[in-house]
Amino acid sequence: MAKRYTRKSLLPTALTYLGLAVGLVYTGFPILWMFFASVKSNTEIFSLPPRLLPDHFTIEAYLSIFDDPAKIRFFINSYVVSGVVTVLTVIIAILAAYAFSRYSFRLKSTLNVFVISTQTVPPITLLIPYFGMVVAFGIFNTYFALILTYMVFTLPYAILLMTGYLNTLPKDLDEAVLVDGGSSWTALWRVLVPLSLPGIVATAVYTFLLAWNEFLFALTLTKSTDMRTVPIGIQLLMGQHAFEWNQMMAMSVLGSLPLLLLFLIAQRYFLAGMTAGSVKA
Amino acid sequence: MGTQATIRKSSLLPYKARRKLVPYFYVAPATFMFFLLMLYPMATVLRYSLMDGAITKRNPSFVGLQNYLTNFDNPVFWQAVGQTLYFTSMSVIFHLLIGMGFALMLNSQLINPVIRSVLRALYILPWLFTAVIIAIIWRLLLDPNGVINSVLISLHIVDFKVEWFSSTKTALHALTFANIWAGYPLYMVTLLAGLQGIPKELYEAADIDGANGLHKFRYITIPQLMPVIVSIALLDFIWTMQVFPLVWMITGGGPIHATEVLSTYTYKQAFSSYDFSMASSSAVCILIMSLSLTYFYIKHQKAQ
Repeated sequence: MAKRYTRKSLLPTALTYLGLAVGLVYTGFPILWMFFASVKSNTEIFSLPPRLLPDHFTIEAYLSIFDDPAKIRFFINSYVVSGVVTVLTVIIAILAAYAFSRYSFRLKSTLNVFVISTQTVPPITLLIPYFGMVVAFGIFNTYFALILTYMVFTLPYAILLMTGYLNTLPKDLDEAVLVDGGSSWTALWRVLVPLSLPGIVATAVYTFLLAWNEFLFALTLTKSTDMRTVPIGIQLLMGQHAFEWNQMMAMSVLGSLPLLLLFLIAQRYFLAGMTAGSVKA
Repeated sequence: MGTQATIRKSSLLPYKARRKLVPYFYVAPATFMFFLLMLYPMATVLRYSLMDGAITKRNPSFVGLQNYLTNFDNPVFWQAVGQTLYFTSMSVIFHLLIGMGFALMLNSQLINPVIRSVLRALYILPWLFTAVIIAIIWRLLLDPNGVINSVLISLHIVDFKVEWFSSTKTALHALTFANIWAGYPLYMVTLLAGLQGIPKELYEAADIDGANGLHKFRYITIPQLMPVIVSIALLDFIWTMQVFPLVWMITGGGPIHATEVLSTYTYKQAFSSYDFSMASSSAVCILIMSLSLTYFYIKHQKAQ
């Protein structure tokens, strides 16, 4: 199509590409700087004049993390907590979303307002009573403290995402099961759930991301180093060796890697559902 | 025919009766969690805020609104309110501008579709990072000996090593800058979806009328996107008002309260001073601010 780049559209095209390039530097430079700092020696990070690429490529920062069982433990904790939160959230959300999508009942709009407003309740406001509750339940400094409290911010998004997905499936599918004398339980798990796998994947990935990135509750409701999650682990690294920048950067890269991989795998499902109100900034 | 109709009718009756109770069975687990993790804690924090020495004292006494009045008498509380509002408004404005810019460029028909989808994935990246990592990145970049200072000095924009996060003059601005970088992707994705949903006919009709690009943006794009812009800006305002990890990790509210926001102010009262009652009263203030904006958000969503 020779018509595409007429003289009239050449300038706007060039300007748009220029704008996109500026945007790429704005977004990408800090991320690249983090990555390359993680493969530099600690002295090279502040060398003058500053250079993005390392003079001497080294993975010493990564090796020192893999050599330290305390740091490996941060990752195990994060995987356990985020994994359990994801499974429980997805199950509870599927059940609630089925009711929201397929039934009309008296408390529906009240519950719906409840779900939406839970998205906006400040975590700091909940933290103080949670601290009292977690101590009273005897689960302070355990996985249970984090798994239980994380559900307050994962559930609303999961319910909204799943309800949205179920609404896209035709009602005839599950009503055929009901009319044939099958139970709603069968209709949900045998018919709707297998068909909603893309929606479930998107919900699970997003739930995992929220749980993996959580900071405030993990900071306050756990105490000993062996119960800390990755974000708190990075913070501890910052306090202990304020100048081990390459280790902090390596830890940050490793801490973002699971999310990057999940995002790349589920990107297609994910972007479709990622609009205001269904996910969080 | 007659028999078939009776069979259908008898199997439909219990089905209809069941339908009344069935939904409650399915929402029961979620409802239980909301009671345990939302309603009960909110009632508790309200109760704490009216007591003296909640959690720490064995028999805390009821003091009415005393904790609120003590907070309102504290100049640091009002400083935190002002700084929270500055941080939040600047973040929302720039998130919107940057997100809109990226969305418009990515939506442009002049761009190669492959480049478009690669760039879209790359521009989303800041959204994936946890606040702690964003904090570390910007602490490294804005370190007095860091790369941004060396670039600015070599370009003669500044003539000394600026202490971005440890000077009371620059800390709040630098913090806001880091938060702007971290928060625009959600706007970009939401607005891009919104742009793709605008009917092409509107632009074609405008072309026939001889409208230029600016007119089309002003009279078609903006009005069409308005509902999306309002919901996302409201949500972002609510969430940014509650910011904690980024501030805690970069400045901890300092230097000398220069970056104190309501969350860090509250957190310090609870977990540095162990005055959970005072902390509860300022936590309730944040809650009231959030819920009043949530009211508008829900009203706006229902109007859609």
